[in-house]
Order: sequence, then structure tokens, then C-alpha cells
Amino acid sequence: MGQDMQSPLSSLDNNSHMLAVVKRQRLQDVLFHRLTQLFSLLVLVALAGIIVSLFINAWPTFAKFGARFIWYVEWDIINEEFGAAIAIVGTIASAGIAMLVAIPLAFGIAVFLTETCPVWLRRPLGTAIELLAAVPSIIYGMFGLFVFAPLFADYIQVPLREVLSGMPLIGFLFGGAPNGMGILAAGIVLAFMVLPFVAAVMRDVFEITPPILRESAYGLGCTTWEVVRKIVLPYTQKGVIGGIMLGLGRALGETMAVTFVIGNANRMPTSLFSPGTSIASTLANEFGEAADLHMSSLFALGFLLFVITFVVLALAKIMINRAEKAKGF
Amino acid sequence: MSMNMNHALYRRRRMANAWGMITSMIAMGLGLAVLLWILVVLFSNGFAALDWNILTKDTPAPGTDGGGLRNAIVGSLMMVGLSVLVATPVGILAGIYLTEYGDQSKTAELTRFVTDIMLSAPSIVIGLFVYAIAVATLGGFSGYAGSLALALIAVPVVMRTTENMLRLVPGSLREAAFALGAPRWKVSLSVTLRAAKSGVITGVLLAIARISGETAPLLFTALSNQFYNDDMSKPMANLPVVIFQFAMSPYDNWIRLAWGGALLITLTVLILNILARVFFRDKQSA
Repeated sequence: MGQDMQSPLSSLDNNSHMLAVVKRQRLQDVLFHRLTQLFSLLVLVALAGIIVSLFINAWPTFAKFGARFIWYVEWDIINEEFGAAIAIVGTIASAGIAMLVAIPLAFGIAVFLTETCPVWLRRPLGTAIELLAAVPSIIYGMFGLFVFAPLFADYIQVPLREVLSGMPLIGFLFGGAPNGMGILAAGIVLAFMVLPFVAAVMRDVFEITPPILRESAYGLGCTTWEVVRKIVLPYTQKGVIGGIMLGLGRALGETMAVTFVIGNANRMPTSLFSPGTSIASTLANEFGEAADLHMSSLFALGFLLFVITFVVLALAKIMINRAEKAKGF
Repeated sequence: MSMNMNHALYRRRRMANAWGMITSMIAMGLGLAVLLWILVVLFSNGFAALDWNILTKDTPAPGTDGGGLRNAIVGSLMMVGLSVLVATPVGILAGIYLTEYGDQSKTAELTRFVTDIMLSAPSIVIGLFVYAIAVATLGGFSGYAGSLALALIAVPVVMRTTENMLRLVPGSLREAAFALGAPRWKVSLSVTLRAAKSGVITGVLLAIARISGETAPLLFTALSNQFYNDDMSKPMANLPVVIFQFAMSPYDNWIRLAWGGALLITLTVLILNILARVFFRDKQSA
């Protein structure tokens, strides 16, 4: 180290010394390049490791039940009969409800933050939404269990059941014990959790719209709503869909916000109020006591969850990347 | 005639606009109200549970009074600390690769893509993975396994923020250093990284905030521990898992402590996020 700090003149008259320095620096550069590359490849190694290790541990289950595992409606720990259908339905239903609730709210919030809101309020409100997106999911779960579920039972479940459970065709959706736990309650709590996240992504996407497009539309006499509907939304379409799918990916894989309120019952849910289970909450509840085929079935559930969320998140990322590329024009 | 039509159209457009703006305001109001409600519930229950015992006493036995969360707080600090110590250098060096070397390479592009997915991947699956590679093979639940799971979640956060921050460093700065004959590694570490220092610190703070509240990956790795333990090779109590167990229990005292712990975690996460913002703003104004 000390030698190459010498004044350049003194090393100039020593050509071989110069060469040595250059050689050493080149070696150091190659080492540095490879070292940083190695660390960045760790992510790919981790991804491969996750897929391979989950699949190996899930193999006894896949070997026994085959692809039928995915749609087999059974989770019988004592008789060792396992199928993923109940958990998959619970996962998709709760995440689907969450998105139905969160998307319109997040869209409204994003429109408010980019168009309606007075400029001085934009930063503080935007920051508040971003901070709320950072609140750990276990807080949402506790809120769901202790505050939301009792209120939900008294003020939503009971009245809805009285009015709607007698109706033909949709009546069955509202049957079940009104204790506040179940698929619908879990979906709503999940919606609260993904709301700030989806709203923040949508706002960022809306801000990609070039000001010149927006200002031209205003110049032609468009109303704010027309600018949103006909300029911002078409321009940012892919990014908005990407943001929604990013939220969906989070909702599908969420453990804590769901486990507290979904009711944790290994039965096929028959109504929106019936208790169910999601893949993540089954894992959280049962993994500690599992062994043998039960444990391998839990690994199989984890494998399916990872594959599903990976696909959703990958599509989301592709959409958002395309939206950001469009920014250049 | 045409004047009248224009008036009708004008009114309809104004109505549509008013409707859109009002619903967006309602959405904002509703969203903020729900989120504020959650925070109010958390703060009122949490502050009611906070006292010095939370910091000085260990978790109580089921059904007993008193006690605190000392063992869980120590466990969380140790596991989060170790995983940040590991994830920071790994994430920073990987981020350097993506900015300084990864422009033309397909693998770098793939790495970037996968990292973005890992940022949102279900954390419970990370727990399963660490269980499979470390807990099942190396002799049981431990604080080290918990740290490994947290580090796997923290690395993508540090990596992506480092990359984004390094990209903000002007190319002329790199070129100036190269022109002086500095080798590439020296330019990366002492010029580019130094210029992006506060941004990188932001990334590390965000990573700490992210993993401080993670429960799912610790369930099958660190497990938990009823007693005080600062040996990381054994199962370790930690705030998130203790909160989970206590909140799901039928004991009032445990539920009270769970709210206290939840408040501690949320305050930590919010303060870290605010600090990260302050750091970043300093950088931008400089």
C-alpha cells in the first residue's frame, strides 16, 4: 500500500516498479469484481436454495399424493391424509377480499395525493401513508383480534346474517357462527395492512406521468377528474396493475395479519363468515408440532405458496418495469 | 341551442369532477381514519402496559401476574444486531456490483429482478428454508438460525437501496477518480460509496426497521424461550414471537404484555423510518 503512494516522478524512473503496481492493482480489481459478483449471486443462490430445499422436504407428500395434493379437500393429521385445497381456498379468498377492499381505497388515496390535495399537505400525508406501510403486520393482527373482530361480529355479521342469510342463491355466503373470526374478517384486516403499501406504490406510479401531458390536458379545459381518467390512468395503466399485483403478492404470503383472525379451522369454508385457514397461517400454527408426513405436507404448502407468490410478484415487477421504461418518452 | 347544450355538458362534466374529487377525499379520509384508529388502539393499550418491569423482568409463567419482556427484548436486539452486521457488508458489496459492473450483464439483470421479488416474498417461507438448511440439520432451534432468516430478508433491502443510491452519484465523479489513476475498487469504495454514504445508511436503517417486526421467519428458527438466554446457539426469546404467543393466550397479563411489546416494536420501526428519511433529506440538500 505504502509504495504506490510515492510521488509519481520517483516511480516513473523505475519502469518495472510501475509495472508491478499496475499488475497488483489489476489483480486487486479482478478480486474486487469477483467478490462483489459473488455476493450479488448470493441472492440467486438463496432463490435456488429455497425452491430446492422446500421441494426436497415436500417430496414424501408429493410422492404419496401426487398432483392431487393441490385439489384434495382433506387435512387429517391423525389419518395422515393431506391436501392443500382448504388452505389454498382460504389464502386466495382472504387475499381476494383484501384486494377488493383495498384497491378502490388505494386508488382514491393516490388520486387525492397527486391531484386533489393542497400542495402543502401532500408531503406530510404522503409520508404518513409511507410510515403506516412500515408498521409490522403483527400489529394489524392484534388489532384484528382484539378490536375489529368483536365489532365486526356485532355490527356487521349479525345484521348481515339476519337480512341476507334467508336469500336464495347468495344466502349461503352469510351463514355461520357470528364470532367475528373468518375469511371475510381476515380479508378486511388484510386490506387495512396492504392499503398503505398499494396506495404508496400507486401514488409513485401516478407521479411518473409527465407534467407536460397533464398541463396540456388542463390547458384544453379538462377537469381534474378527466385528467385522472383520460391522461394519468391510461398513461400509468401498467404501473397501476403492477402496484395492485405487488399488494396481492404481499396479501397472499402474509402470516400474522391473517393468523389472528381467520379462525384457523381445517375445514372447507362454506360462507364468508366461516372460519378457514390460509397457507401461511396453517404453517404458523402447525409447524411447531409437526413430524413426518405432516411436516412434509407443510413444506409442500410452503412450496406452493412460494411458487404462487413468485409468479404474482414477477408479473407485478415486469408491469412496473415497463411502466418505468415508458417514463423515458 | 348550442349554448344550452354546452351548458348541460359543462354541468355534467363538473358534476363528474365533483363526484370524483369527493370520493377520492372520502377514500383518503376513510383510509387515514382506519389507520389512525389502529395506532390509537395500539398506543392506548401499549402505554397502559409500559413500565420499568417490561425492561427489567423476564416473561412471566402462564397465568401469573407481573413480569416483563427483558429476555425477549435482549433476544430481539441480539438477533437483529447480528443479522444487520452480516447483511450490511453483503448487501453493500452486492449493490456495488449491480451499479459498477452490472450494466451490460444478463446475470446482473436477473439478480436485480430476483432481488425485487425477494423484497416482497412471503417471510414465512424464508423461515421454512432456514429450518430446512440450518435447524433440521445442525441440531435445533437457535438464535443463529433466527439471525440467518432475518439476514436473508435484510440483504435485498440493503442491496437495492445501495444500488439506487450509487446510481445517483454523478458519473463525472467516477471519471475524475479514474483519471487520477485510481484502481476500480478504490473508486468504488472511497469515492462512489463515500459520496452515497447517507443514502446507504438510509438503506441499512430501513432494513433494520423491516426485520425488527418480522414474526413469521422466527417461529421455526429462533423459536422462543421462557427464560433469559444470551447464548445464540440455543432457542431465543424475541419480541415478535412472544407477542404472538401472548396475544393468542387466554391470560390477561400476557395480553397486556403483548400490547406493551407491540408498542415497543412499532415505535422502534417508526423512529427508524423517520431517521432514514432525515438522513436521506440531508443528503439531498447537501
